[in-house]
Amino acid sequence: MAYRVVMPKVSDATEEGRLVKWLKQEGDRVESGEPIAEIESDKGVLEMEAFSGGVLRKVIGREGEIYPVGAVLGVIAEPDENLESLLALGAGAGAPPATPAPGPAERAQASAEKAVRPAAEPAPTPAEKVKASPLARNLAAEAGIDLSQVRGSGPGGRVVKEDVEAFLQARAAAPAPTPAAARPPLRAVSRPSPEVEFEERDLSLMRKAIARRLIQSKAPVPHFYLTTEVDMEGCARLREAIGALGDLPKVTYTDLIIKACAVALTRHPEVNAAFMGDKLRLYSRVRIGLAVAVEDGLITPVIRDADRKGLRQIAEEAHELAARARDRRLRPEEYTGATFSVSNLGMFDVEEFSAVINPPEACILAVGAVADKPVAEGGQVVVRKRMRLTLSCDHRAVDGATGARFLQEVKRILEQPALLAL
Amino acid sequence: MAQMAYRDALNQALREEMARDPRVFLMGEEVGLYEGAYKVSKGLLQEFGPKRVIDTPIAEAGFTGVGIGAAMVGLRPVIEMMTFNFAILALDQIVNHAAKISYMSGGQYRVPIVIRGPGGAAFQLAAQHSQSMESYFCHVPGLKVVMPATPADAKGLLKSAIRDDGPVIFIESEVLYGFRGEVDEEEHLIPLGVAEVKRPGEDVTIVAWSKTLHLALEAAEALEQEGVSCEVVDPRTLRPLDKETILNSVRKTNRVVVLEEGARFSGVGAELASLISEEVFDLLDAPVYRVPGIDVPMPYARNLERAKIPTKERVIEAVHHVLYRQ
Repeated sequence: MAYRVVMPKVSDATEEGRLVKWLKQEGDRVESGEPIAEIESDKGVLEMEAFSGGVLRKVIGREGEIYPVGAVLGVIAEPDENLESLLALGAGAGAPPATPAPGPAERAQASAEKAVRPAAEPAPTPAEKVKASPLARNLAAEAGIDLSQVRGSGPGGRVVKEDVEAFLQARAAAPAPTPAAARPPLRAVSRPSPEVEFEERDLSLMRKAIARRLIQSKAPVPHFYLTTEVDMEGCARLREAIGALGDLPKVTYTDLIIKACAVALTRHPEVNAAFMGDKLRLYSRVRIGLAVAVEDGLITPVIRDADRKGLRQIAEEAHELAARARDRRLRPEEYTGATFSVSNLGMFDVEEFSAVINPPEACILAVGAVADKPVAEGGQVVVRKRMRLTLSCDHRAVDGATGARFLQEVKRILEQPALLAL
Repeated sequence: MAQMAYRDALNQALREEMARDPRVFLMGEEVGLYEGAYKVSKGLLQEFGPKRVIDTPIAEAGFTGVGIGAAMVGLRPVIEMMTFNFAILALDQIVNHAAKISYMSGGQYRVPIVIRGPGGAAFQLAAQHSQSMESYFCHVPGLKVVMPATPADAKGLLKSAIRDDGPVIFIESEVLYGFRGEVDEEEHLIPLGVAEVKRPGEDVTIVAWSKTLHLALEAAEALEQEGVSCEVVDPRTLRPLDKETILNSVRKTNRVVVLEEGARFSGVGAELASLISEEVFDLLDAPVYRVPGIDVPMPYARNLERAKIPTKERVIEAVHHVLYRQ
C-alpha cells in the first residue's frame, strides 16, 4: 500500500522539524518500523520509522531543510505501484514520474491544473485546513494532538473543546510509541574567523525553544529566591563508603541531592505543585527534572518516582539519561512531565546561582560547588565541605515560608544522609 | 436589611445623601409637588424644602444646563429626566458641556452632576418612549454610565454617583420601580466600575444589566434544569467597565452570551464582544454571541414589541448556540 512519508509531530512545542539525514536511499527496501530518516526537533534528534514495509520510491525532502509538520518528505510503495495520485496530492514534489507524451486535451487539462496549483507551492499542513475554536486549538497544542485527527462536531465541522477531550480520552487507551535506538551524532565546532566582526548563526530549533520557554517563565512567573548553605561532610563520607564497596555505580552529589529533594517533596507536597491559572495543581507523584547541558543548549530529562527509587537506581538512571541527553537521543516522554527540577553548576566551580523556573513547575533548585570552607563550630573555626543551594519559587504557587521549610528539610536530609536510608 | 422596592431604595439614597451633604439638590419635571412621575422623590420636598427640591418647566436643555452650571460652582445637583427619552433634548448640554468642561478647562472645573431617570422599554409606549439609550452615553469620553438592576444596587450606586466628582448618567429601569429586594438600610455604598457575579456557574457566561439581568437569571434557572450551568455577570456600571470580572468569568467558562435591550448595531454588546475577543481569544470555544434588540424602532403592537426585545427563549437558544447544542 503506497503512502506518503510526512514530517512527524515530534514535540509539543513546535510545528516544524528539520530533516537531518535520510538513512535510506531512493529505491531501498524498508521494513515496517525500520528507521528511514533522522529528524531534529527543538529537543533532539529522533529517528523516523517506516509505518509499513515497501520501497522508498520517492525522496522529496532535502537534508538540512526545515519542514512544517505534515509536509510530504517522500513516498513508500511497492515497486510496481502507480504513484501519480499520491504525488499530485503532495504538491511540492520533485519531477513528476515519467509518462507517455500527453495528447492535446490532456495537455490543456494539465496546464489548467498547474494554473490553480503551482508546483513550487509547499504542501499544506493538515493543521491549516482544520476549523477549530481557539480553545480547542490550544488544548490540542498542549496535548500534542494533530487537530486534523480530531472529528469536529461544531458548525462546518469546527473542532471544539468537547471534541478534543473526547479524542484525548480515546487516545489514553492507545499504546505508547516504541523508542528509537541510541546513536550519538558528532558535530564540528566552528569559530568565527578573525577577519569578520561577528558571525550570525541560524537559531537551532532547540535554541528557539529555550528562548520561548524561558520568556514564558521569567516574564510572567513571579520568581523569588531562597538560599541556604549545607554541610556536605556526611554526604562526602557516604559517597566514600559506597565507593569502597566496589562494583557499584558511582553516586554523585547530584544523585544524593535528587534523592533528598524527592524525599523532602513527599513531606512538603505543596512545593510539588504547579500554578495553573485558576487552579493550583498538587502532584501526587514526584518526578525530578535534571538540567543537563548539551551542545548548543540544555535539556531536562526526568527521573520518575524518584522518591520510591533507591540511590543506586537514581544514579544509574541519571547517568544513562544524561549521556543520552548529550547525544540528543532522548525521547519526548523522557524530558517532559517533571514536577520539580534540579540544576547543578557545581562542576564549573559556581558557588551559587539562581535558576529560571521551568513552567509549569513551581520550583527549581540551583546547586553550587561543594568546597572546603572555614565555618564556626562550637566557638572554633573549622574547615568543612560546604555547598550552597538556591531555591527559585513561583510565588503564585509557593510562599516564602513554604519554600523555606522545604529547603530546610532538604538541608536536614543532606546533612544527615542516613535519613535517605529510612 | 429590609425588603423594599427599587423606587424606595432610590428614594432612600437621595434622602440620605441630601441629609449628609447640603450641596446636594434635586431638580426636574414634577419632582417636587407631584413627588416624581415614578414617585422616586416621595416626601423629599416636604423634608428638604423648595430650595433643594426644585420643579422645573418642560425644558430639558435648560434645567440640565442650570444643573451643570451649579455643579461647576460647587453644588452637587441630581437632575431627573422624566424618562431618558427626553435626555436627547439635553444631549448638547450633557455631551458638549458636562462631559467636556473638566477636560477643556484643564481640570479647573469639575462637574459633579448626576443625571438620572428611567430608561429602556416599558409596555406599549411606542417608538419614542421605549428606547434603551445606554450606548449613546457610553460613547462619550468623560461620562460615567450606571445601570442598576436590583434595589440594593440602585441604592448603593446612586449614593456613589452623587459623591462622584464627575458627571454620571444614571439610567434606572422603568419596569423595575416596583421590583422588591433586600436592601441594607444602613450606609450602603457600591463603588462605580465594579461588576458583580449575580449567579456563579461553569459552562457559559451571560453578561446582562438592568432589566435584562432578570431575564438572564430566569434563563439560567431554566437551563440549570437541563444540566447547563450559567454564570450571570452584571457589569452594573457600563462605563468605566469592570473588564476583569467579565474576563475572569469567560476564562472559566470559555463561552459568552451578551444580552442587550438596545439595538444590535454599535451597541454596548458589540464593545463587550470586541473586548472579549481581544483579551481572551485563545480561551474561547465559540464566538461571543449577542442577544440584542432588533434593529428597528420599537413597535407599538404588543406582539411586535415582544419580538423586538430579548426574551428568555432567545437567551436559552443563545446559550445552546454557544454550547453547540440544538
